[in-house]
Amino acid sequence: MENKLYVSPSPHIHGGDSISKNMYGVLIALVPAFLVSLYFFGLGALIVTVASVFFCALFEYLIQKFLMKKEPTLCDGSAILTGVLLAFNLPSNLPVWIIAIGALAAIGIGKMSFGGLGNNIFNPALTGRIFLLISFPAQMTTWPVAGQLTSYTDATTGATVLSLMNEGALDKLPSLSDMLVGNMGGSLGEVSALALLLGLFYMLWKKIITWHIPVSIFVTVFVFTGIMHLVNPVQYACPCVHLLSGGLMLGAIFMATDYVTSPMSKSGMIVYGVGIGILTTVIRLFGSYPEGMSFAIFIMNGVTPLINSYMKPKHFGGK
Amino acid sequence: MLRTFRIGGIHPPENKLSAGKKITALAAPKQVIIPLSQHIGAPAQAVVKKGDPVKVGTLVAKAGGFVSANIHSSVSGKVNKIDNALDASGYKRPAIYIDVEGDEWEETIDRSDALVKDCTLSSKEIVDKIAAAGIVGLGGATFPTQVKLLPPPGSKAEIIIINAVECEPYLTSDHSLMMEKGEQILVGVTLLMKAVNVNKAVIGIENNKPDAIAHLTKLATAYPGIEIMPLKVQYPQGGEKQLIDAVIRRQVKSGALPISAGAVVQNVGTAYAVYEAVQKNKPLFERVVTVTGKAVANPSNFLVRMGTPINTLIEAAGGIPENTGKIIGGGPMMGKALVSAEVPVTKGSSGVLLLTKEESVRKPMQDCIRCAKCVNACPMGLNPAFLMKFTVYKDWEKAEANYIQDCIECGSCSYTCPANRPLLDQIRLGKGKVMGIIRARKS
Repeated sequence: MENKLYVSPSPHIHGGDSISKNMYGVLIALVPAFLVSLYFFGLGALIVTVASVFFCALFEYLIQKFLMKKEPTLCDGSAILTGVLLAFNLPSNLPVWIIAIGALAAIGIGKMSFGGLGNNIFNPALTGRIFLLISFPAQMTTWPVAGQLTSYTDATTGATVLSLMNEGALDKLPSLSDMLVGNMGGSLGEVSALALLLGLFYMLWKKIITWHIPVSIFVTVFVFTGIMHLVNPVQYACPCVHLLSGGLMLGAIFMATDYVTSPMSKSGMIVYGVGIGILTTVIRLFGSYPEGMSFAIFIMNGVTPLINSYMKPKHFGGK
Repeated sequence: MLRTFRIGGIHPPENKLSAGKKITALAAPKQVIIPLSQHIGAPAQAVVKKGDPVKVGTLVAKAGGFVSANIHSSVSGKVNKIDNALDASGYKRPAIYIDVEGDEWEETIDRSDALVKDCTLSSKEIVDKIAAAGIVGLGGATFPTQVKLLPPPGSKAEIIIINAVECEPYLTSDHSLMMEKGEQILVGVTLLMKAVNVNKAVIGIENNKPDAIAHLTKLATAYPGIEIMPLKVQYPQGGEKQLIDAVIRRQVKSGALPISAGAVVQNVGTAYAVYEAVQKNKPLFERVVTVTGKAVANPSNFLVRMGTPINTLIEAAGGIPENTGKIIGGGPMMGKALVSAEVPVTKGSSGVLLLTKEESVRKPMQDCIRCAKCVNACPMGLNPAFLMKFTVYKDWEKAEANYIQDCIECGSCSYTCPANRPLLDQIRLGKGKVMGIIRARKS
């Protein structure tokens, strides 16, 4: 009994959860959506995703190694996740050099300039996407028509559901079943609501996220657009179209639920989700941009610290 | 739907390795070390001196204040010395060393196994006997039992809640006691009901002990007013406030005592000790201790005399395994890591857990990713990540405004954290500081 004992305060056991387990869990949840994007956009989806992941990982490694001078933490999976999420928010015909710029904005500005994982205010992938949207508005708002498996930058582009809605051409919308499966134009990972919902159920089952943020976004958008549809069905599309179109599913399930940039208490999550729902709907229906999801999440990311300090968890025994 | 508490909670692997093992009485060692601080409150004051002969059950130290408890000899023999001894707290504190000679008990103790059901004593007499026997909360908190049985003026007890959940992983001492001393426990509960003048008691048992639930439910039919309530397995259900919430759906307010919800909570082991004290005149000088761990040869439940060095228990369970990294007094969630295996068993020792070296090492801390898993786990509805931040930045005002003093130190936050952050370590630090500030303000 002469060997030394460890002495530390309790608890003496740990549940075994880790940051990388959660990050890879989200990546697994993204697999169905990735497969669907390969099915509809083929080569382009593959090139964009691989390029985005590669550049995000590369910039994270370089910045950590040479600017921050610390041990790179590539293995935690967060840079890979940012890469995949950024790719999912891009058209599948985007040239590689633009993707590299987006990755630099995402990792460099969105994440590392704040100190790395856990310290960023805004979702890195969103930062990258919005940076590209403002810098390259033409390339970022022309989406290939689904079904061109072997083409990349040469793909034929067409209107998306949201641009049709923005133009008031409600009669040209694809059927709801096509929208559910993902047979429509759009960013490569956002098209299939079904695949994204599958990911949501996986994350709920694995307790990676709770239902509060996605459900409050869905409900808010459904109610808000539903009221507008009832007021004027000719100008405003039905709420189901809104739920299934654009980046709403991808945003609500995978972008808004980013741990670092969303509130911590359940009541806070609901306030945040409702805020995103309202902002998205306002931008979609009354703004000049056809899509408002990115901006809505981005704005609510900024409000998160405020929500955190006002919306506290339900305290045992009440006030 | 089984009941449980309504905020937070986790479910660590139960690892009840010693479940179903019969309680084995360990013989007294050659020497016992009886610390004078075995309870919360003022240390007891020694009433024996070097060379005094003592018997099993002889009073060796009397309560040192209102919140304090008597201490009795667990062996017969001679007082060797009164000196400082290392105890489970990690500090050297005064203790009585007794050299063991024979096994002679005080004549007043009824050593027969016969069940004594009837009791003609008044409430006050019962409470006095409990105080005289030096009974403290045996779940681990060691709060003197008689103090809990004397509600402050203006408050009224409505129900006795018996804590038999044993929510700590590994520990089985309460479980084995329920299986072997069920009838005595029920008499003990009846005595507690009489002591605080209530006609209702609920024994809360987690559903991972179906045999104990069935056994006590069968016996309880003969004891009016006692209900056995199976509870959903969830840690920390053994927390006083959590158990009250689970059983009677009332949440004790921040800073208030359980009696404000009409409840008096006692551990099931305490109920057994009350039976022995009141019906058998037997002071509290022995208790059931689980010795366990994945590398331990024979995880066991022992009936141990207070003051027995812990390594005697470990030897009886097959010896210290080669790769032992940590010895814990209590369970893995709230137990104390011991600095030595020489420390004695005291009234609060519910178990001895040996972890291997691999199990003992903490993983490196990473930055908080605000995943809110600690928030979802916290049974008090706090935000552990923020409380840790307030402590690190010494922002005591914010820490207090966010109820850091309500933390029950269950460790669910640290257990859950994917970034391996030492949340409870920091919160404990901040809590101590804030409690000091509150006390200074009041005085």
